[in-house]
Amino acid sequence: MNYSGILTQLIVGLSRTMILFIVSSGMSLILGVLRIPNVAHGSFYMIGAFLSYTIASFLGDVSYSFWFGIALAPIIVGLLGFFLERVFFSYLYEREHLMLLLLTFGLASVLGDLVKLIWGAEYRSMTTPVFLQGSSEFFGLPVPNYNLFLLFIGPAIAILLWFIFNKTKFGKIARAAAADKEMVSAVGVNVNLIFSLTFVLGCILAGLGGALVAPIVNISLGMDHSLIMEVFLIVIIGGLGNIWGAFLGSLIFGITQSFGILIWPQFGIIFPYLAVVIVLLIRPRGLLSSTW
Amino acid sequence: MLEVKKMNTFYGKSHILFDVSLFIKEGEVVGLLGRNGAGKTTTMKSIAGLLTPKSGEILFHDESLIGKKPYEIVRRGICYVPDERRIFGDLTVEDNLEIVYKRNNEWTKDRVYNLFPQLKEISQRKAGLLSGGERAMLAIGRALMSSPKLLLLDEPTEGLAPIIVKMLEEQILELKKTGISILLSEQNIISSLKIIDRAYVIDNGKICFEGTVSELAQNEGVKRDHFLI
Repeated sequence: MNYSGILTQLIVGLSRTMILFIVSSGMSLILGVLRIPNVAHGSFYMIGAFLSYTIASFLGDVSYSFWFGIALAPIIVGLLGFFLERVFFSYLYEREHLMLLLLTFGLASVLGDLVKLIWGAEYRSMTTPVFLQGSSEFFGLPVPNYNLFLLFIGPAIAILLWFIFNKTKFGKIARAAAADKEMVSAVGVNVNLIFSLTFVLGCILAGLGGALVAPIVNISLGMDHSLIMEVFLIVIIGGLGNIWGAFLGSLIFGITQSFGILIWPQFGIIFPYLAVVIVLLIRPRGLLSSTW
Repeated sequence: MLEVKKMNTFYGKSHILFDVSLFIKEGEVVGLLGRNGAGKTTTMKSIAGLLTPKSGEILFHDESLIGKKPYEIVRRGICYVPDERRIFGDLTVEDNLEIVYKRNNEWTKDRVYNLFPQLKEISQRKAGLLSGGERAMLAIGRALMSSPKLLLLDEPTEGLAPIIVKMLEEQILELKKTGISILLSEQNIISSLKIIDRAYVIDNGKICFEGTVSELAQNEGVKRDHFLI
């Protein structure tokens, strides 16, 4: 093993981290503001991936089909989220938490079956867009261009989220609502609207994660299950409801995963979980401050 | 402008308010006096829509407020300032003021800063880092940003140092001059007498006295029975 090999592995690992971050930031938002432990979050991610595949194959092999997928799939997922929030979730906010958890469990199953009905149980795959095909040389070793693209998009989303939650009125209200929902209503703000928008934003992020991951994995039923576990752990080690925590958690998870595979290929998968255990032993409430 | 008739409010199964009735006229500052646990906060929360009375009527400009959500009540011109302040600690002082729903432009950030100059100096500070007095001012300033016709001030001076209490009382008197109506709850009957026009005394969830300030000042029985002085 040489240093450049390690570096390539690091870059590929980091780019996977970006997908994890985008999805877990959405989960963290919904958990922090609406207090919903959304087990169905992975389903939105899976639907995002399938939608992106469908949009791309519908448009055929044109240069802009990928961008259409990236733009449209999260929006459609967001609309689905909006519908579900209005029809189901909004009636349960005043009830105990278990109700919400059960609802998201049920939704995850229903959405999974829905995907099976629409797309079937076979694997799907799509190619990376032409201009992101191939690879660039990094210290003499090739790194796929698509991974570099992901490395760019992850921080871009982080900055966008930072901007929304620190500079816009919606974001400030959402932060206030995360801490004291009732008081936000008592200064004249319609909290339900803020909840709805936050939920949709979280779903859009899940859908975007799915759309971004679509060209580099097999799009299949069950991709939600493997992800949801990781995303929950990331959100927990980062600090519930903290976007930067989600970023940090994703970094830890993604990097230990890629190096685990490098160091001990057969058991590589246990490294990120070991990291989670270590983080939680040292900081049981997560690395960064939680809104809970 | 506000009329509460025979209001009964419960916390879960426990009956807190018994047939509470009171009214507030335009421009009046009315005291809601009583000791800890007498039902002052419950009365205010019921008016503000944070609690829903089981029976009775709350009329604001002849419109019923029962069953309305807190934000709908704010938009009609009633804003509640909790005794625990409940400012948004994660946001800056300025953001605490800015996220409030503005009914009109009667009150602006600058006007709040004029009333509470101390807040202007710390406008960029995280509200979670404020002192008790600053929190109290911010909580009042935040409510004012909605340009309320009626302010529900729940023990604004509770837990503050005497010098801060004195300052805050002057600022509330300043506020009174603007013609806003206020329902002010207090445990300290002496200090409240300087501010209010009329008073209700509440004990064990029942209104047990109502009258003008001078009537209250002369009524030794009420003071002895309900305030332990």
